Amino acid sequence: MATPLSLKELSKKEVLLTGGHRMCAGCGAPIVVKMVLLAAEQPVVAANATGCLEVSTCISEFTAWKIPWIHNAFENAAATASGVETMYRSLKKQGKIDKDIKFIAFGGDGGTYDIGFQSLSGAMERGHDLLYICYDNGAYMNTGIQRSSATPFGADTTTCPAGSAIPGKLQHRKDLTKIMAAHGIPYVAQASPSHWQDLMKKVKKALATPGPKFMNIIAPCNRGWRSRNDDAIQLSRLAVETCYWPLFEIENGVTTISVKPKEKKPLVEFLKPQGRFKHLFGPENEHLLNEAQAQVDAYWDRLLREEAFSASLGSKEAEEKIA
Amino acid sequence: MGTNGKKIVAVTGNEAVAEAMRQINPDVCAAYPITPATDIMQRFTSFVSNGKVKTEMVLVESEHSAMSACIGASAAGGRVATATSAQGLALMWEELYIASGNRLPIVMSLVNRALSAPINIHGDHSDGMGARDCGWIQLWSENAQEAYDNMIQAFRIAEHGDIRMPAMVCMDGFIISHSIERMEYLDDETVRNFAGEFKTVNPLLDVEHPVSYGPLILTDYYMEYRRAHAEVMSKVKKVVLDVAKDFEKISGREYGLFETYRLEDAEVGIVVLNSAAGTTKDAIDMFRDKGVKAGLLKPRLFRPFPYEEVGEALKHLKAVCVLDRADAFGASYGPLFMEIAASLYPYKERPVMFNKVYGLGGRDYLPDQAELVLTELAETLKTGKVKTVKEYIGVRE
Ligand SMILES: Cc1ncc(C[n+]2csc(CCOP(=O)(O)OP(=O)(O)O)c2C)c(N)n1
Ligand code: SF4
Repeated sequence: MATPLSLKELSKKEVLLTGGHRMCAGCGAPIVVKMVLLAAEQPVVAANATGCLEVSTCISEFTAWKIPWIHNAFENAAATASGVETMYRSLKKQGKIDKDIKFIAFGGDGGTYDIGFQSLSGAMERGHDLLYICYDNGAYMNTGIQRSSATPFGADTTTCPAGSAIPGKLQHRKDLTKIMAAHGIPYVAQASPSHWQDLMKKVKKALATPGPKFMNIIAPCNRGWRSRNDDAIQLSRLAVETCYWPLFEIENGVTTISVKPKEKKPLVEFLKPQGRFKHLFGPENEHLLNEAQAQVDAYWDRLLREEAFSASLGSKEAEEKIA
Repeated sequence: MGTNGKKIVAVTGNEAVAEAMRQINPDVCAAYPITPATDIMQRFTSFVSNGKVKTEMVLVESEHSAMSACIGASAAGGRVATATSAQGLALMWEELYIASGNRLPIVMSLVNRALSAPINIHGDHSDGMGARDCGWIQLWSENAQEAYDNMIQAFRIAEHGDIRMPAMVCMDGFIISHSIERMEYLDDETVRNFAGEFKTVNPLLDVEHPVSYGPLILTDYYMEYRRAHAEVMSKVKKVVLDVAKDFEKISGREYGLFETYRLEDAEVGIVVLNSAAGTTKDAIDMFRDKGVKAGLLKPRLFRPFPYEEVGEALKHLKAVCVLDRADAFGASYGPLFMEIAASLYPYKERPVMFNKVYGLGGRDYLPDQAELVLTELAETLKTGKVKTVKEYIGVRE
């Protein structure tokens, strides 16, 4: 029986990432991992890319993982998980294993959008039955907040520092979620720990879907975002409510927005509490704030159109069926 | 069928390696094409497609992912193999250390090829030499027969309970991988029994007993881990010899840490790896007929290098020439030369030594080059002096 997504029921389940790991207090990543593992009904084997999550959860003989876990290197969580999953298929076919096991790879945005992109793309194309989860904190946090291709426009990082000549990151984020959808895989979604039910529903759906799946989950980092360390959930909620981080899923090419904010808040509400955007609030940088807002608006509008288009296809198919 | 269920065949080195892999029948293989190793996996995937093996293939998008997938599959708990050459091995470099650091008994056929730049697809040893210190066991092979025999033994060695370390089996690109030779195959059942069932240790797929692979180890314990690794490697020699003894029982073919040829009573000697050994043996016979007491040592187990045994085998010589099919940049001696020199260093009385670099990028190693070396060795014997310590042969100066 599937555990209903109620706090009462979930609280009876074992948390599979223990407390006492060494991530910073208030980090969003372990919250995401706990939610993901709580959502899983079957036993899970996880692969983890190098990054904050990995270095802090398995130091020497102290592992925080109550599930089988493998860290290989920075760029190859997907390829490593492919190998594990292939061995599983091999041994299952040979009758040496009869358990139903699920495979999840976790990578930070650096290990996913950038250096691990090839291995991720390869694994998805090959059709391995695994779920890849990017916990996106928008920079290389473990090495000290360097820009990645997921770093938001205008952010101050240690390799694109806001200075008098260059005001932080000049490029917009890479749209990895859509790129993964373009692989034609059966399930792609974006989620946020602020919307835990939505997140866990998506994980359940992903794990129930055979084949390769990808989820991009926002995971605030108070060190890198220069925010309060009790703000992870509040900031990820603002990310959703400002439409900076829309919650949607793409199932077999059909786009559905799973959470539509009642009132779309201005982007500055998400940016303001974060020190990495402080410089944008000087009068000389107003145009950058406008550009960031315009980008978010354009993305949201496009997403709405994509959803409408998906829906229209759906109804056309339905009409054809009726006729 | 020949005698004892052995089959005499005419095959290429690649075909022989693919056949060994078919007989071993691994659980998972990862593959990415690179000349001259491509052919092994082409042949092997046709075994997969035709249901001749139970293997699941992972046809990855790069060699980095090939080794990553091998690591995942091996940690998951099954028998794993792959093959590569040159740039492919170079792209795996990071992963080679991770495979050995996690004690994962992956077996890889390395079809030796020159490293870029300039790009060159032909045989030399720069790839294997570049990977010599990454914690993998290395077995080198003179011909298709040895490549086949080594490949079969490699699984037993790598998976041995005392070791559990990855192993690579080297053979020369094109010269062996693509040339047809006469050789003997063992029958399937014999090979299967020899390899035995894969014994899994701490498999990831045992969800009831979760393990964590690949932890962060800081200054507090890193040295202890590395020291332990060296300890494991020190056991490899014995396992290689034990497995060779068992292999002799099924094949009649004898293997050791290295092969010697007319070395016992020799005064001068040549040390050379892989395919060039054959030509060298012929030249040695010729010089023996002329009264020059020459012999040869051909290393088989190159990593871990059996320094004591090699030193013992060579120490009585007056002069030794080491032939290297890989250069070491930085105006250094060739990599094989340095190992041989190190193995002889502890002896007070030891041969004088010189080093020749030959056959880079597939340049032919011709009998007259072997003769040139032997002539120089004979002269050195008379004078007791080395003319030039390192020289290139068969090159337009
Ligand atoms: C090949 C390679 N290059 C660089 C590094 C250094 N490195 C380790 S973790 C890391 C950043 C990880 O960033 P991300 O994937 O975003 O995860 P986070 O630390 O933010 O959780 C880098 C650059 C490495 N380990 N391997
Ligand atoms: S640096 Fe950021 S991502 Fe890393 S553990 Fe700390 S809060 Fe989490």
